[in-house]
Amino acid sequence: MSQTTVSTWEEFMEGVWRQNPVFVMVLGMCPVLAVTVSGINALSMGVATAFVLVCSCGLISLLRKMIPKEVRIATYIVIIATFVTVVDYVIQAVSLALYDALGAFIQLIVVNCIILGRAEAHASKTPPLPAMTNALGMGIGFTIGLLALGCVREILGAGTLFGVSLFGTGFQPWVVMVLPPGGFFVLGAWLLVFAAWERRKQRKFAAQGGGVQHV
Amino acid sequence: MSDATQILPDMTPATAMIRTLGLIAAICGLIIVAAYQGTYSAVQENKRIAVERAVFKVVPAAKSIVEYFALADGELRKVGAGEMVPVGAVKFYAGYDEAGKLAGIAAEGAAKGYSDFVRILFSWDPVKNQVTGFSVVASRETPGIGDKITVDKDFLANFPLEAKPDGKALAHEIRTVKHGSKTNPWEIDAIAGATITSRAVGKAINDTAQMLLPRLAPHLEELKEKP
Amino acid sequence: MSESVAQIFINALLANNFVLAMFLGLCPFLGVSGKLDTAFPMGVATTFVMLVASLCAYGLNVLLTTFQLEFLRLISYIVIIASAVQLVEMVLKKYSPALFRALGIYLPLITTNCAVLGVALFQTAREYDFLQSLTFAIGGGAGFTLALVLMASVRERLQLSAVPSVAQGTALSLMLAGILSLAFMGFAGLGG
Repeated sequence: MSQTTVSTWEEFMEGVWRQNPVFVMVLGMCPVLAVTVSGINALSMGVATAFVLVCSCGLISLLRKMIPKEVRIATYIVIIATFVTVVDYVIQAVSLALYDALGAFIQLIVVNCIILGRAEAHASKTPPLPAMTNALGMGIGFTIGLLALGCVREILGAGTLFGVSLFGTGFQPWVVMVLPPGGFFVLGAWLLVFAAWERRKQRKFAAQGGGVQHV
Repeated sequence: MSDATQILPDMTPATAMIRTLGLIAAICGLIIVAAYQGTYSAVQENKRIAVERAVFKVVPAAKSIVEYFALADGELRKVGAGEMVPVGAVKFYAGYDEAGKLAGIAAEGAAKGYSDFVRILFSWDPVKNQVTGFSVVASRETPGIGDKITVDKDFLANFPLEAKPDGKALAHEIRTVKHGSKTNPWEIDAIAGATITSRAVGKAINDTAQMLLPRLAPHLEELKEKP
Repeated sequence: MSESVAQIFINALLANNFVLAMFLGLCPFLGVSGKLDTAFPMGVATTFVMLVASLCAYGLNVLLTTFQLEFLRLISYIVIIASAVQLVEMVLKKYSPALFRALGIYLPLITTNCAVLGVALFQTAREYDFLQSLTFAIGGGAGFTLALVLMASVRERLQLSAVPSVAQGTALSLMLAGILSLAFMGFAGLGG
């Protein structure tokens, strides 16, 4: 197997884990904090973003040889905006309640740095299938990040998970968790957890005398 | 120095750029229009159901709805399919019971709450000149505090609220007052600790009622029977 | 909506601060707020782009609704914003090259700043008239700059304190932002 061929599985996992948009790259933060007041909102946002990611990267990859270098960013943005408009209408058709809950952040998917970043860094140089696989991985990684935040905030701030009450009516919810400050705190806490874990992993390697790093 | 006048070897000629951009614009345009057309009927249906559900909630006796615009010049006009609100007009819903008699009028109001706007639908009884109740259409108020407006018994006991049109405005402005200081039937007693959201409800009702109810007064006879 | 111009400004600046309450413009907020010298010009540049975007969005919206082309709204808004940013870049490059270099990659990134598109989208959703939209954009931009400057000032100080290394970096910035956001919640209801 040649050194430069990346397997499809690796392409996929790269977006989910190693380059997780929420916890590693810390990109596309606006919807992450705004929408994650409940598990179901987080999930819907993740799915919507993943859809736009996959479709945009797919189309951009298909057209990559044709798009002129000078106007590529503008073109990417137009293509992304197209799919966001599609998602916008589809969500309205599926559930108006969900549409109201997600609010303006559906349309703000257009300026989610992840999508533009992926298009520029990856989809513009890769054939459609690997590009879309990677995009799917990123989308799932993003959804996982959203869910991690949404579920914690929902459990602490409302005592429910996906609408199912967990602690009964006597539970005094930690309301700040579903308010803006809570979003910042919970994400900061998650990043802290990841940093601590990363630190421990590195210490283990150093203790084992370095050796080959299997990342 | 010939560099200044030398064209970069890999610069795309203008025609190629225009051709590609045109192609991409066409593809994107097609995709958008396809999505819009494909979802149009489903979206309209969803909106219609949402409106119906909201109006039936505040006007329980209603079995069917007719949508109207109350225009700035005082005339009423039925709302056409997908028609936008004309400048200065107020949209309202006339709810009719099974017998085709007017059960109540419902209208939307909005005002700034604690976070973002609170949108409500309130119902007005034209015979008794009272706002009989309201339901929340959209709100991002603080859970456990602002969202108590829908469940707090004392707050809900504020209704029915007196709302009598008098000339070009209401006889008395609908106002939210501090918890425990309500003295008149057109005042709303705020929820202690949720004053801002309570005030938003009062302002939302008042703003719309001030504009709408005086325009309705001369047309009550023609609204009584379902057209 | 019968909000007065003063109410809109105060709300956008403080009570509904774009960054700390509405979660718009977070990427530059976390990225550029390391130093006060870059934070303030970034805020001003963004405010300018917001203003231009708001004006164009208002005009565009009138056009789109007249011809019933609402489904093109998102695309046209974003194209206008990209052009406005391009304009600002060219102006800066010509009149203040030092600043242009200092802002670096973050200048073109104003295009993807949710706050700019957010201004356009929110003013359309709330059906603000021309003056209200203008005030909203200026207030929002000022609020963004305020948040950025506050964040930068504190972060500069923090670099000199002993923070456990596991918390350094983005985690710390987020905790900071959370505290700032909590503080700004105290402004609720200020706009009346």
